[in-house]
Amino acid sequence: MSTNGTAAVALRGLRKEFAGRGTGEPTVAVDGVDLDIAEGEFVTLLGPSGSGKTTVLRMIAGFERPTAGRVVLRGTDVTDRPPFQREVNTVFQDYALFPHLDVLRNVEYGLRVTKVPAAQARERARSALAAVRLEGFEKRAPAHLSGGQRQRVALARALVNRPAVLLLDEPLGALDLKLREQMQVELKAIQREVGITFVFVTHDQEEALTMSDRIVVFDRGRVEQVGTPAEVYERPATEFVASFVGTSNLLQPDAARQVIGHEGLYSIRPEKISVLQDGAALPDGAQGASGTVAEVVYVGSATRFVVDLDAGGRLIALQQNSDTSSMDVLAYRGRRVLLSWRREHGFAVPRAQT
Amino acid sequence: MTAAAWLHRHVGARLALLLAAPLTWLIAVYLAPLGLLFLTAFWQTDSFTGLVQRRLTTANFVDVFTEPAYLTALARTVGVALVVTLACIVIGLPMALFMAKVAAPRWQPVLLALVLTPLWASYLVKVYAWRTILGATGGLGLGAVVLVLTYLWLPYMVLPLYTGLTSMRASLLDAAADLGAPPGRVVRTVVLPLLAPSVIAGSIFTFSLSLGDYITVQLVGGTSQMLGNVVYANFSTDLPFAAAVATLPVLVMIGYLLAARRSGALEQL
Repeated sequence: MSTNGTAAVALRGLRKEFAGRGTGEPTVAVDGVDLDIAEGEFVTLLGPSGSGKTTVLRMIAGFERPTAGRVVLRGTDVTDRPPFQREVNTVFQDYALFPHLDVLRNVEYGLRVTKVPAAQARERARSALAAVRLEGFEKRAPAHLSGGQRQRVALARALVNRPAVLLLDEPLGALDLKLREQMQVELKAIQREVGITFVFVTHDQEEALTMSDRIVVFDRGRVEQVGTPAEVYERPATEFVASFVGTSNLLQPDAARQVIGHEGLYSIRPEKISVLQDGAALPDGAQGASGTVAEVVYVGSATRFVVDLDAGGRLIALQQNSDTSSMDVLAYRGRRVLLSWRREHGFAVPRAQT
Repeated sequence: MTAAAWLHRHVGARLALLLAAPLTWLIAVYLAPLGLLFLTAFWQTDSFTGLVQRRLTTANFVDVFTEPAYLTALARTVGVALVVTLACIVIGLPMALFMAKVAAPRWQPVLLALVLTPLWASYLVKVYAWRTILGATGGLGLGAVVLVLTYLWLPYMVLPLYTGLTSMRASLLDAAADLGAPPGRVVRTVVLPLLAPSVIAGSIFTFSLSLGDYITVQLVGGTSQMLGNVVYANFSTDLPFAAAVATLPVLVMIGYLLAARRSGALEQL
């Protein structure tokens, strides 16, 4: 949380209801969100579709009016201001480049409408295009750009206005995997360079873990957890976070009691679990559970073992294929094994309140 | 070999079979009469007997382009068509904008139906109704013609505008506002340029329908005449001359369509 000075974005009791279709029961998209985002921070709103993360972003931008609550930008309450009077810019999911304007005019647009002198606008637009490595594309029509290039034009068009906060609505969703991974690194580098606060919306937990200073996990319109990627991944605050971020690997209370004597829901990340021969001795400080390998999934660099525990329930263990081949690991299907993990790597998961 | 297999191998025969009926219709009902009209315009009428003589002359066109009364009628017709088209754009744009982008989705089809309802009533009934209203206030004349034609053709403008706006991504409008453009500026810099093809598509309807109208002019136009009235007046007495006059709106329309094609608007129809 930002304690030094005013937050770039502060949300207070933010709530949004949409009129219900037909019979009129309103749908609650965002159900009381409080959040502080510090200057220069890269914050990701993470959640499944329909969890309210995009609606929160749209309320910060001003496209949606909150049903209740306030949006405060750098100490100024902007809840009642229209989008064109807010110091934020958005990179849209579909990029929303103006098809009738060339790349340079797209990037200039925000400067032109806010009465920046033409020569200066052109200068700034050119350097913004240079910053996203698109020199020479000034005269191109958006229709004649690849997905990755459009994405970068959209980024330049937003950043050129030097907003207090840059909002990004799943901007990498439409790109293929290779390009997406490349853009993740690039986006993070640009953000570090310009020092602008980024609020990034995604449903991709890996993207969130890779890029963010902090992650805000959403479910059904509520914030489930706010924390650094490591905190969210290693110490999920709720059952939902534990299952949504990373591979869900939950021991139900019955199994947890039998295996490790823990009361309540318990979880261990798959990569923390070692697969040992049945009957092997547990290493010092380790906990273990025996079971039968139900499934072996070979994923190249690693192998995923799905193990049905004798105590009930199943755990997934991820092993690097450092000295094993696919032949070796595939032979494990149906074998009895002992799973072991270090005590401190397991964590209790609070039960969902509802 | 079955007929289907034979057709599959003979692309030309397939096309001929597919297009024979529509092409026959197009040629027999549209293009041939238009050619005949054009041909008739070069014939003449015997001034004694009043019978059409099939001897070629350019006298009809010379008359049309030298007689000030006809030139005035031509200018008036094109002028009225332009003003009506402009009025339809000015009135239709905010209507379509509201229907497509402001109104709740479930109201959109209702509003569209409301805009189209006037088309369910007979043209003559509507024009006579206007004649009664305007006649009572003594408002007959060219202004009345513009008013009534605008009323009549407005749906033909609203429809393509509405369609154009519906297919316009909402994120473009959000993006413009997000980048700092107030609503008026969004309309001017994003909506209108992207809507230009739809505007032109609509204007082809309003312009050509206005260009050819003569009943409205006769009923509410007072003494002012448009080309259609000149055609109507000469129709029984001097058919070749009437044909020559009737050719003019066709030529104007061809010019308009050529201009429209250059803008790419015809793909939006």
